[in-house]
Amino acid sequence: MIQTVSPAKWSASGGVRKIEFGADQPLLLASGARIAPLTIAFETYGQLNADKSNAILVCHALTGDQFVASPNPMTGRPAWWPRIVGPGLPIDTNRFFVICPNVLGGCMGTTGPSSLAPHGAPYGLTFPAFTVADMVRAQAMLLEALGVHSLFCVIGGSIGGMQALQWAAAYPKRVFACAAIATAARHSAQNIAFYEVGRQAIMADPDWRGGAYQVAGVRPVKGLAVARMAAHITYLSETSLRRKFDRRLQDREAVSFGFDADFQVESYLRHQGQSFVDRFDANSYLYITRAVDYFDLAADFGGSLTQAFKDATTRFCVFSFSSDWHYPPADNREIVRALIAAGCDASYVEVQTDKGHDAFLLEEHAFEQALTGFIDSAAAARGLPLP
Amino acid sequence: MSIALDSSQPAPQRALAGLARGQARVEFEVIASLAPKGARVLDVGCGDGALLQLLQRTKGVTGRGLEISQAGVNACVAKGLSVIQGDADRDLAHFPDGAFDLVILSDTIQQVRYPRRVLEELARIAERAIVSFPNFGHIGVRWRLLTRGRMPNTEALPVRWCDTENLHLCTVRDFAELVDEMNLKIETAVPISGGRPGAPFAKNLWRANWFAEEAVFLLAKR
Repeated sequence: MIQTVSPAKWSASGGVRKIEFGADQPLLLASGARIAPLTIAFETYGQLNADKSNAILVCHALTGDQFVASPNPMTGRPAWWPRIVGPGLPIDTNRFFVICPNVLGGCMGTTGPSSLAPHGAPYGLTFPAFTVADMVRAQAMLLEALGVHSLFCVIGGSIGGMQALQWAAAYPKRVFACAAIATAARHSAQNIAFYEVGRQAIMADPDWRGGAYQVAGVRPVKGLAVARMAAHITYLSETSLRRKFDRRLQDREAVSFGFDADFQVESYLRHQGQSFVDRFDANSYLYITRAVDYFDLAADFGGSLTQAFKDATTRFCVFSFSSDWHYPPADNREIVRALIAAGCDASYVEVQTDKGHDAFLLEEHAFEQALTGFIDSAAAARGLPLP
Repeated sequence: MSIALDSSQPAPQRALAGLARGQARVEFEVIASLAPKGARVLDVGCGDGALLQLLQRTKGVTGRGLEISQAGVNACVAKGLSVIQGDADRDLAHFPDGAFDLVILSDTIQQVRYPRRVLEELARIAERAIVSFPNFGHIGVRWRLLTRGRMPNTEALPVRWCDTENLHLCTVRDFAELVDEMNLKIETAVPISGGRPGAPFAKNLWRANWFAEEAVFLLAKR
């Protein structure tokens, strides 16, 4: 399953570290297609210990990047998980070797639709469709090249959680602990529906040009912004919207009787959309959302999610957030039920919060406390140092 | 003692809502004495995981827990215990048949919505079950009810009727009757009174029904 990776080329420029696998080491996709050459951009923090037993793989979410604990040098944005990964934090980089790769099909250095295809032009829509399992296979290639043959822990939130579950199901002997946060074992109809709205918005933008906008020197920024706005609503909760904005007006005393951003919530969403287009590629958005739509972990195991975890000796911890309607507690409990039925060592923590799906990225003490407990107890069981 | 009206209450208080702290420790020791060495154990309503830890330390069990409160689950996970946040009334159904050697319902049965259904699930999930609860037939309870005509507050029932989480209080006799109806058998039972375990009983219930403040039952399938 794992390909030999000896002639891979390492590089680092502009603060972005990459590995390139040549034409002789293609990534074979679930669709039957292959990607070669394949570049994976990644970041690491901390040191791999002598017996290579302290590696933690962090899988980022849809629009995240490899800069989990340091500023992104391309966008200037700060670390995206600053309360979780770093020295003395729950994922303590003084004790653990943390690897965070940019996901397959992404736009922060890993090969994706905006990369140049072997024939020299950007892939655009000629990029092959891929799955969450393909993302994980690409990550496995990176880890082999880094000399990391087993993971102390794989962790991720949202679609990062899907990757973490996929890791545990695909490589049960290589994952000691797995933390799946605010995620699902299958993408729901509601989520497919929201993603489809986003994709349609992108494809309806005249500047999308059938996916070949790079060649034309334009970008479908309006469509991508709308896609982000629609998705962003699903990351919040009704309560948090009410608390943050309610019906308050934006820099005005009365409504304008026009279509300007009268309300603060409109202004906020427009800002979310605008700032997103500066850092994300529209075709990457199409491809990654599609991969997530296709995610149904049970499908690869004869329709039984329990079967997916049958051989796992991994210690699992599933976290959900009470007000998350993107990947609601019910979706997370479905994972837990399968883990219980498979006889796995599993914990489940349902955090009470009104912060919605994004709670895992925000200050949420109960979550941080439980995650710390899970990581440290797993470290003790693995014979790794404690803080 | 504060009352856990929601899941954000600290776990130890919830776990001990039915009885005083010292009594709980004795009860845990009795439960540990009844648990087989090296058993696969599920503790339903495991609170902050103190009993699971005791069982791991003294009996080398493989422990799992089910706990409704956030604080309890956090405390358990922090101790390295594997605990599912969930509700005994709803979530026991997800555990496979015979997944455990022993399932424990410590001072919890009087707090579940459907005690009979929960007992059925316990019998399905494990070979044996340990169930403990405050005995409403205790002489002190009877005396208070008789003389004052009010719901009794005792060491085993310290919380006022309107504030308690107890939904289904019962006596030793009531429980034994239900066990019998359900085709289960009492392998042994231990009364606890004045913070001390008494002589085990299985058939002769009258003494325990009068004098046990708390009773711990080891049940098996008939």
